[in-house]
Amino acid sequence: MAIRIEGVTKRFGDFVALLDVSLDIPDGELTALLGPSGSGKSTLLRIIAGLETPDAGRIWLDDRDVTRVPPQQRGIGFVFQHYAPFKHMTVYDNVAFGLTIRKRPGSEVRTRVGELLRLVQIEQFANRYPAQLSGGQRQRMALARALAVEPKVLLLDEPFGALDARVRKELRSWLRRLHDETRVTTVFVTHDQEEAMDVSDTIVVMDHARIEQVGSPRDLYDRPANQFVMSFVGPVTNVDGSLVRPHDLDIQTEPAEAAVEAMIDRVVFLGFEVRVELVRRDGSHVWAQVPRDVAERLELARGQIVYVRPTRAGMTATADGGVTGLEVGQGAVSASAR
Amino acid sequence: MTSAVDARPDHRSGVLGSYDGRGFMGPGLAALYLGLIVLIPITALIWQSVSGGLDSFLTAVTRPQAFAAITLTFLMSLGVVLINAVMGTLIAWVLVRDDFPGKRLVNSLIDLPFALPTIVTGLTLLTLYGPRSPFGINVAYAPAAIILALLFVTLPFVVRSVQPVLLELDRDMEEAAASLGAGPGTVVRRIILPNLVPAILTGGALAFARCIGEFGSVVLISGNIPFRTEVASVYIMGQVEADQPGEAAAVSLVLLVTSLVLLVTFDLVRRRVSHHEEPA
Repeated sequence: MAIRIEGVTKRFGDFVALLDVSLDIPDGELTALLGPSGSGKSTLLRIIAGLETPDAGRIWLDDRDVTRVPPQQRGIGFVFQHYAPFKHMTVYDNVAFGLTIRKRPGSEVRTRVGELLRLVQIEQFANRYPAQLSGGQRQRMALARALAVEPKVLLLDEPFGALDARVRKELRSWLRRLHDETRVTTVFVTHDQEEAMDVSDTIVVMDHARIEQVGSPRDLYDRPANQFVMSFVGPVTNVDGSLVRPHDLDIQTEPAEAAVEAMIDRVVFLGFEVRVELVRRDGSHVWAQVPRDVAERLELARGQIVYVRPTRAGMTATADGGVTGLEVGQGAVSASAR
Repeated sequence: MTSAVDARPDHRSGVLGSYDGRGFMGPGLAALYLGLIVLIPITALIWQSVSGGLDSFLTAVTRPQAFAAITLTFLMSLGVVLINAVMGTLIAWVLVRDDFPGKRLVNSLIDLPFALPTIVTGLTLLTLYGPRSPFGINVAYAPAAIILALLFVTLPFVVRSVQPVLLELDRDMEEAAASLGAGPGTVVRRIILPNLVPAILTGGALAFARCIGEFGSVVLISGNIPFRTEVASVYIMGQVEADQPGEAAAVSLVLLVTSLVLLVTFDLVRRRVSHHEEPA
């Protein structure tokens, strides 16, 4: 089911959570709402769900205006940040809840709940209580519970926020596979750009109650609309007032055209990549990411003088964070480093 | 120079014994205190009530006036606990979930029955609902008077046990239920109430224990008419004054055992319904 958001504004007292936000989410896609905390992304999700009512604007699910429709009648599934398990019910009863309150026949409920528990791989915990599950299992239970009523739209609020790094990565790819199987229109909120890029078809970047940019992960990374998006979706470093990705910096040991001189302050080995922290003559700091073999070939070490050159277009940095346009790239990849 | 470690006092053992549980002074002191305050009086009571033999105990508690007082006390207490379980939960709900002017004042008024000496409560009730009631409501010397007094003194128990649970109750659960299609009634019945039951039971058990021993607030307004409005505590007082300590002790023992059994039962039920809170 496609979602259309038209000119939605929401205030909480003096705080503006959303300001005239419009967005189209196509049917069957997995979309991430990405932004820092307080950017309005969770509020937007809750408004789609009907858990909040917008002060202005409309929400459409396909051709139906649901702006004033209560959450019970929207046909959505919602997964809460802290899963909101029904603590007094077993895992089975949690998942069955949406079906039993609809008075579905017992055999149908049993079959459906069994399927879902298998789908999320917690069938052996059916008779446990939520307090007896791990975070990841609780999360999957919450997903199964939301899927039980066959929602047309699945909404997830920071679904992996409370999990440790390893489980988070596992669940991410699992969510992606689940979505590929079910093709339910899915929207999830996250403040983690890596998570958004890993899982979603489309990313909606939000900041200060507004949408900054909508696009595929690749689009946002390579063609950010502004400085905020550029620095939010990936690492940046500032070279002579131009924002560039640290992996788009080429390091040479000999002076070259358009290269700036810098001294190596620190070399950090991070496995495949090496982070090189540099200090310019004017005292400004720059850092670069280079593959391990390059760092080894150039024998980079602390105190060494090197020459740094951007290999791609940078974005002119302005003091107020605004955008003044893109600069033309400085040429092809240097032969000395590759 | 003394190192920081040496200068630190030893936290592993204190005057009451070490904190790893192997000391004896702490547990010993607790046992002694419990013994003096709780166990010895209870033992003395049991000994006094059965020292004349089981027969005299049974005779004492089955004496019609004693039996009537005990029955009346339990029936009234049960009724009052049921009413206050419902009303207390409602009041707690209003105090936590609703906003209205004067809410803080109402909230602090809830504790008034705890703060007021019970005999003052009794006197106040007699003035308000007695023969010279300014509202024209006279319940004095009738069973209704006992209910009124007990309702007043036990009001805070359920309110104060439900309130914190309601405050802590995860609103996400209610929103989750709503997103799954549950209307407000279903949310209350399937989500909110089941989470409040343990607190309601705890408050109810305490209220019941308070009811069966209540004296001060009841003695003035009930009129203490044998077979009609005489509660167990007043009967016991009467027996003591009539120099019948055995009779008094026998009825006391019945109250003691019954309230103990009820407290344990309530606690078992509470555990049964809240076992899901324990981790695996």
